[in-house]
Amino acid sequence: MKVKILLILLITLFAGSLFANEAKLREDPEIKDRFKHLASELRCLKCQNQTIWDSKAGLADDLRKQIRSQIYAGKSDDEIVEYMVDRYGEFVRYKPVVDQKTIFLWLGPLIFLVIGIFLLYRYIKIRREQNSEEDAPLTEEDRLRAQAILEKGGDK
Amino acid sequence: MSRRVLPIAVIIVVVIMLGFFYRGLQLDPKLLPSALIDKPAPAFTLPQLHDPSKTFSAADMKGKVWLLNVWASWCAACRSEHPLFMQLARKGDFPIYGLNYKDKRQDAEQWLRQLGDPYQVSMSDLAGNVGIDYGVYGVPETFLIDKEGIIRYKHVGPISRKDWREIILPKMKELQG
Repeated sequence: MKVKILLILLITLFAGSLFANEAKLREDPEIKDRFKHLASELRCLKCQNQTIWDSKAGLADDLRKQIRSQIYAGKSDDEIVEYMVDRYGEFVRYKPVVDQKTIFLWLGPLIFLVIGIFLLYRYIKIRREQNSEEDAPLTEEDRLRAQAILEKGGDK
Repeated sequence: MSRRVLPIAVIIVVVIMLGFFYRGLQLDPKLLPSALIDKPAPAFTLPQLHDPSKTFSAADMKGKVWLLNVWASWCAACRSEHPLFMQLARKGDFPIYGLNYKDKRQDAEQWLRQLGDPYQVSMSDLAGNVGIDYGVYGVPETFLIDKEGIIRYKHVGPISRKDWREIILPKMKELQG
């Protein structure tokens, strides 16, 4: 009898956690993906070099809750990002948008690459010209001078 | 010709970069421009800290120039601006309202009993939702809101006497007209 009661108690004890796990597992994978995607796209304002997804700061926790509840409320990804930008400014985007202010940020590496390629190209061209000058056949004048050096044993 | 141009170009680029670095050293990377400047202060209605049966809403403040100070008992930096607020509260020219952010009511009341209460009213934002609406990312933060309910200035971190004298006081006087 005692064993039976104990068993029932045990089962009821774990039933709650069993269902809790199931509820988590049952969360729509699509929502999960969206949540992860959004949280990884937004910056934690407190730690700045972490995303809301990565950060353990209290603020990031609150913002994660906010994202989740907005997804459940049927908001689109753009609307949720907009919500964050309205409150925290453009900095909240981990990947800045391309606009007048950030265009140099985006094009900077490309500009430097182009400058680099241009300098490399010029360097190669100059070297090639120098080499071709060195490789040119001897002129008559050079040949006579060389012969003179060989015969006299020195160019004094 | 190019042999002389190249080193000059390199020097110019280096000098420009040093200029950026030097400027960068003087900026505080934690300081973010607020998205809410010159925008209407987000509406909220919250229970008052001392008497939760009463509420306070931002709309009650129409027609007044006021400071909304986000504080918490767990916030160490809040202590450093507190004496200034006490002084301002004694003079009473500039109303300061407190947003008690993600705090426990008991801790908050204890804090005010110990250090003094400079706030006309403090509101309890236990979950921090109003904080999110105001883009709060570090406590203390202080918002200067004008008669039309527009946020005119936001100060992140404790307000020093110098900040008050040179930035906030002139702005408040100008807004009060």
